[in-house]
Amino acid sequence: MSTIALNTSSAIGNAAAADAGAPVRIAVRNLNFYYGDFRSLKDISLDFYDRQVTALIGPSGCGKSTLLRTFNRIYSLYPEQRADGEILLDGQNILSPSIDVNELRARVGMVFQKPTPFPMSIYDNIAFGIKLYERLSKAELDGRVEEALRKAALWDEVKDKLRQSGMGLSGGQQQRLCIARTIAQRPEVILLDEPTSALDPISTGKIEELIEQLRSEFTIVIVTHNMQQAARISQFTAFMYLGELVEFGPTTKMFMNPSKKQTQDYITGRFG
Amino acid sequence: MDTAVYDQAATAAPAPWGRVRRSRHLADRVLRIVCTLFTLLGAFVLGWILLMLVVEGIGGLSPEVFTETTPGPGTQGGGIANAIVGSLILTVLGIVIATPIGVLAGTYLAEYGKDSPLATIIRFVNDILLAAPSILIGLFVYILMVQPMGGYSGWAGGVALAIIAIPVIVRSTEDMLRLVPGSLREAGAALGAPMSKVIVKISWKAARAGMVTGVILATARIAGETAPLLFTALNNTFWFSPNLMGGVSNLPVTIYQFALAPYPNWRELAWAGALIITLSILALSIVARLLLKKDKVR
Amino acid sequence: MAVLSDEIIVSTNKQTVRHRTSPLFDQGFRSASYGSALIVLAVLAGIIGTMVYGGWPAFQEFGFGFITSSIWNVGADQYGAWVAITGTLTSALIALVIGVPISIGIAIFLTQLCPPWLRRPVSTTIELLAAVPSIIYGMWGLFVFAPLFANYVQIPLTTLVEGIPILGTVLYARVPSGVGMMTAGIILAIMIIPFIASITRDILDQIPTVLRESAYGIGCTTWEVVRYVLLPQAGVSIIGAIMLGLGRALGETMAVTFVIGNANRLSLSLFDPSSTIASRIANEFNEAAGMQMNALLALGCILFVVTFIVLALARLLIARMKTH
Repeated sequence: MSTIALNTSSAIGNAAAADAGAPVRIAVRNLNFYYGDFRSLKDISLDFYDRQVTALIGPSGCGKSTLLRTFNRIYSLYPEQRADGEILLDGQNILSPSIDVNELRARVGMVFQKPTPFPMSIYDNIAFGIKLYERLSKAELDGRVEEALRKAALWDEVKDKLRQSGMGLSGGQQQRLCIARTIAQRPEVILLDEPTSALDPISTGKIEELIEQLRSEFTIVIVTHNMQQAARISQFTAFMYLGELVEFGPTTKMFMNPSKKQTQDYITGRFG
Repeated sequence: MDTAVYDQAATAAPAPWGRVRRSRHLADRVLRIVCTLFTLLGAFVLGWILLMLVVEGIGGLSPEVFTETTPGPGTQGGGIANAIVGSLILTVLGIVIATPIGVLAGTYLAEYGKDSPLATIIRFVNDILLAAPSILIGLFVYILMVQPMGGYSGWAGGVALAIIAIPVIVRSTEDMLRLVPGSLREAGAALGAPMSKVIVKISWKAARAGMVTGVILATARIAGETAPLLFTALNNTFWFSPNLMGGVSNLPVTIYQFALAPYPNWRELAWAGALIITLSILALSIVARLLLKKDKVR
Repeated sequence: MAVLSDEIIVSTNKQTVRHRTSPLFDQGFRSASYGSALIVLAVLAGIIGTMVYGGWPAFQEFGFGFITSSIWNVGADQYGAWVAITGTLTSALIALVIGVPISIGIAIFLTQLCPPWLRRPVSTTIELLAAVPSIIYGMWGLFVFAPLFANYVQIPLTTLVEGIPILGTVLYARVPSGVGMMTAGIILAIMIIPFIASITRDILDQIPTVLRESAYGIGCTTWEVVRYVLLPQAGVSIIGAIMLGLGRALGETMAVTFVIGNANRLSLSLFDPSSTIASRIANEFNEAAGMQMNALLALGCILFVVTFIVLALARLLIARMKTH
């Protein structure tokens, strides 16, 4: 074992232990995904547990982002992309045509690689998403906005400038604003697509801390390139390669004692 | 691990489905339908105009149209041969004047001036000229050339058209040269080539297809211009003089005068001319697009 | 290296023969580029110069009254620009009111709703509308659109609104021939649509995909994404695109000359014939002499100033977006 493995093993000490007894929130069954004729996900079956952080890892192009993007069907913005199989959210197949994708996306929130504040004030950035689905009084709405900003650990930094544009914040603050915007809708699941890859180490640290706290309330799926990050913040890890799920298990086991050679090679930095 | 604060707030049962208000779906559907209809409307108008030109113009499209000169008032038959030839000459004249000036000015902006204050001002002025009312350019050339020379002339018409074409060529030349990667230029300069050679042999060569497209689009733009010719080349119902002094017959002004005339044969010729000129211009525009597309693929 | 040779210089180092470009060519090329660029400035200066120089006698003769007077009487040699100015502004305003929503709708269709394979052909079709010569729009407007407009809009509407205050004036056609201010505005709208639509399309295309995805990601419908995220993000640049369309509408000549009816009288009805600055110049300039010519050049001067301001604003607004 290389030193990298030793480092990760020490990092694991910080993360909470996996709770395999938790109920399953998302169950993926025989999922295939196609970009035009190219099959980029092959027969994926996988469970995501309630209020656990699951990390998707693997080399570029392995399909981890593609998998993430099926959970809120954001891929359906592009007519040439399609999925078959089943993704059960609380037992309901979200790939079914009868599902209202807009509502699905309010239930399954997503935070992207780059911060994407909307062209409106900090307050409205958060209130906007709530107002889409709930009719609240001004006071209730204020409360929800504050709650979301507090949970995203941003409240103290922005409470005096809620009416200013969200574009004026720093990169790390913008990303926390996007997280606040997502949790304000009280989703069941939060998808994070490499949320720290555009941020400096300090902002990254804050976001990781935040994810750790949000776990108590939300089921979280995170795509990350950063092995250390996966080890630090996740309870479960899925390793993907060339569109297939190679191995899935508690993060501790995946990093300490992977059962597949490919997983071990990737984690120890031998490829990817 | 300090999650205790949130434990009480842990997720309750998931909210029921069906929370999307119907008004939201309705607004969305209205947007989709309205936008699609607007687009169809645009395509429909183009189709309608082309259909009108074909229906009205095809009947008058006899061989005489291309061989005989424009008829005088109250006579029968006639063609628009002099107007077609005149239009070709004026358009070519305009492009021949405009191309070197436009290409060189575009080159100045992209290669020499870049972001200097002068280049910024010229770029700005060029953009304004690009959309400036063409009738004002007619007035300008009238004062500049027609008055001093004592009469209308093809030369004045050519200059007026050139002034309209120049901004188009400047803009496309600059845009295309800016797409040429700086590393290509550096490679040329590293061989010891002077700036002018780097530009002519490397930048121009790399941007060639785009620059040609710009010239073709400029040709399409000026071929149908009427307003600036009204006060410069005017028109003529006979073959014009070879030295291009005096009125030079041309399609746009002929169409303008004939379409509003009370004589049926004039009107018929106006429709035939309109069909010819529109098809030529649309063909030029499509060729220009294909040329650029081919270049992008390569 | 041979390609680069204009002149051969044998260097002091005897073994190498260097082919070098004449510094004269290099300098000449640079000067030619510089000179050509200055021609662009000279043209603008020339246009301003002629308009001011030619229009000066009219401004001097009639003073500020040239702008506010609505009398244009060639026989009495009395000239006022008011009718042409209001005609120009009104027709351009009608064009914007009709053209802007349609243009933005087309841009939204092309960037958000259109299937990828259809995008290129539809884009090209809309852009080809801009290539059709304006005289063709004039013929279409006069011979095809105006009769239909008279029969199906003007006549029914005139009988409908007769006697109603305000509407009975604004929408009343004394002679329902189809030509007039409203028809000019509609034709102008069609002519500016391709410009506004294609610039708006480019602006919407420049907005990062991830912003659009994150708006969908919180459960927005397409309408909400467009209305609350994309359009505000595009912001002032769309106003720039609209200004560019306005600049075109103000100066458009031939199509308007065909369909506006070329009346010199002030009328409150949108269905009555009127005239614009450009159409009046096109109609009268060739037969004009003396003060009439000065007055027409003064009209040209006013048109130039207005379009210059509009187009300059358009450029500044669109440029601001690009530097973001």
